[in-house]
Amino acid sequence: MTNVEKSIVEEVKKEEITKDVLVDVQNVKKYFPIKGGILKRTVGHLKAVDDVSFQIHKGETLGIVGESGSGKSTLGRVMLRLLDPTDGTINFNDVDISQLKKKEMNEYRKDMQIVFQDPFASLNSKMSVGELIEEPLLVQTSLSRSERQQKAAEMIEKVGLRRSDLQKYPHEFSGGQRQRISIARALVLEPKFVICDEPVSALDVSIQAQVLNLMKDLQDDLGLTYLFIAHDLSVVKHISDRVAVMYLGRIAEIAPKKELYNNPLHPYTKGLLSSIPVIDTEEGGEKQRERVKLTGDLPSPANPPSGCTFRTRCPLAHDRCITERPELVEKEDGHFVACHLYTS
Amino acid sequence: MSNQPVLNVDSLKTYFYLDQDQVAKAVDDISFSIYPGETVALVGESGSGKSITALSIMQLINKPGRIINGTILMNDTELLKLSAKKMTKIRGNDIAMIFQEPMTALNPVYTIGNQITEMLRKHKNLSKSEARIKAVELLKTVGIPRAEEVIDEYPHQLSGGMRQRIMIAMAISCDPTLLIADEPTTALDVTIQAQILDLMAEMKEKFQMALLLITHDLGVVSEYADRVMVMYGGQIVEQAPTKKLLRDTKHPYTKGLLDSLPNLDEEVDRLGAIKGAVPPAHDFPSGCRFSTRCPFVMDKCTQSNPELQELEKDHFVRCHLYDNGGDTLD
Repeated sequence: MTNVEKSIVEEVKKEEITKDVLVDVQNVKKYFPIKGGILKRTVGHLKAVDDVSFQIHKGETLGIVGESGSGKSTLGRVMLRLLDPTDGTINFNDVDISQLKKKEMNEYRKDMQIVFQDPFASLNSKMSVGELIEEPLLVQTSLSRSERQQKAAEMIEKVGLRRSDLQKYPHEFSGGQRQRISIARALVLEPKFVICDEPVSALDVSIQAQVLNLMKDLQDDLGLTYLFIAHDLSVVKHISDRVAVMYLGRIAEIAPKKELYNNPLHPYTKGLLSSIPVIDTEEGGEKQRERVKLTGDLPSPANPPSGCTFRTRCPLAHDRCITERPELVEKEDGHFVACHLYTS
Repeated sequence: MSNQPVLNVDSLKTYFYLDQDQVAKAVDDISFSIYPGETVALVGESGSGKSITALSIMQLINKPGRIINGTILMNDTELLKLSAKKMTKIRGNDIAMIFQEPMTALNPVYTIGNQITEMLRKHKNLSKSEARIKAVELLKTVGIPRAEEVIDEYPHQLSGGMRQRIMIAMAISCDPTLLIADEPTTALDVTIQAQILDLMAEMKEKFQMALLLITHDLGVVSEYADRVMVMYGGQIVEQAPTKKLLRDTKHPYTKGLLDSLPNLDEEVDRLGAIKGAVPPAHDFPSGCRFSTRCPFVMDKCTQSNPELQELEKDHFVRCHLYDNGGDTLD
């Protein structure tokens, strides 16, 4: 392809992306009650996800980054209705799934799958790989035994393992191979949308690269839409089209990835980015990077600071941050930030 | 840097004798030195033998593992010849160690103060009240807010970053000359990781320790280490000053590791993954242990394991590509 053709294709792709929203999350909240006293009455709420809104377009990868306790995994589970939202709507393909009953929800589950972090814990050790990959088909479809086996065999090859591996058991595989099995299991139903919750953080770097490459290839082949949850900013940058940064249950910043990494606006994003140790091969000095050192720990989500939840660690906090919660506003095209520095 | 190394490890071999007559050569003929005030990074993936190297230095190897060969000299004392009792004195006093998971390293039923003062009283012969004063001082040194209160709290009341600070406080409490940190920040979030690594660097300066930093993160290596040793299959495959190693990478494995990292500055469509997985320590391939995964593999790689040779000053590599001198990888 020439460059002109390439740019046309990219433009068309961009347009398609803006047209088709696959997942639309609006004002979603997930509060967990905190029980206390001898009567086990609710004495407060842990606001794991607190008023989060965003959209994911067809064929896109939205990355979600945040430290432990930021609510990113809870958000993923709420979106799949593995947890029920406290408030808000989740539109999947223009259907609000946030209030669906269990039975109604089942119909949508085959379109939405999840890959978990720990491939040792997420695969039943007593089932063979073949059984593991066939299980979703058994639950969700009315395919015959031989059809299921056929599909499992195709799937295992797609994820880079051999057909003969179907007879083996999870303990016979390494971490990277197990994660391939988890991916095969998630994709065998041909879902539209896959949530990947820290899928490579338990793997060694050389294996991590293999799995990330596989996930990109499968996305291209099968036209998948990903929500990619991770704490590793360079991994998220590699795989995502857009990235959202979460802090204490809220979105601090969301933008196309290039924009977010080249021009971070929120002090938290800046702090996160400058905390990553980078490989620097230049002789002598450090690479020129804006250093924003964050002090302190993430506050407890059960007792978050008033106003802006980041203010206790923010080097630029001022009076308004104590009293008023900043809203997510669009500063540049597609670049949203929730910080008083950017509201007049 | 003085010329007398703090620690000198020579031809160390730690093997694990498994069932069915299998032998896992977890550490297989490793030699290196660490000089005062130096930070040396030991890099490798899981199963490469980096943690076993550290545990061998501390002599914390349990059955079925055994140190079968080598010498470990610490300031002219041969550690492997010491009695168990004398070695206990060395541990904590001269060599301290920090582990990956501070929650499992701390005892959950004792307060922080209890655990720090226990060390001080044992190793430094301080009285109870002296030890407590010293403990509070140590907590302040490692940047723990409300040190007077934290000392009476239990490990579960603290965050992961705070717990790791406690571990550092305990490690430096007896002024060790060598600190071994085994993946000290792997369990922590990035913003906390930066804090802890900076603290360790600061403590290293302040107390003039040498630091053996075990990590899988080449970014951490780049920012904090003076010298790097890359381990694969229980052996050192490349060793050089940090900048040199990262810029003028010789070994295909080191190159593969660097290529498989997603880079924040550069945009690549596909990562350069290393095919396959680390072979288990009881079943290394014959010849070069990286030969099954190496993109440059030649006939002789499957026949003989290359020796570690000094290609340029201070730059060692174990690879047949450089048998006749040889150039940079490309």
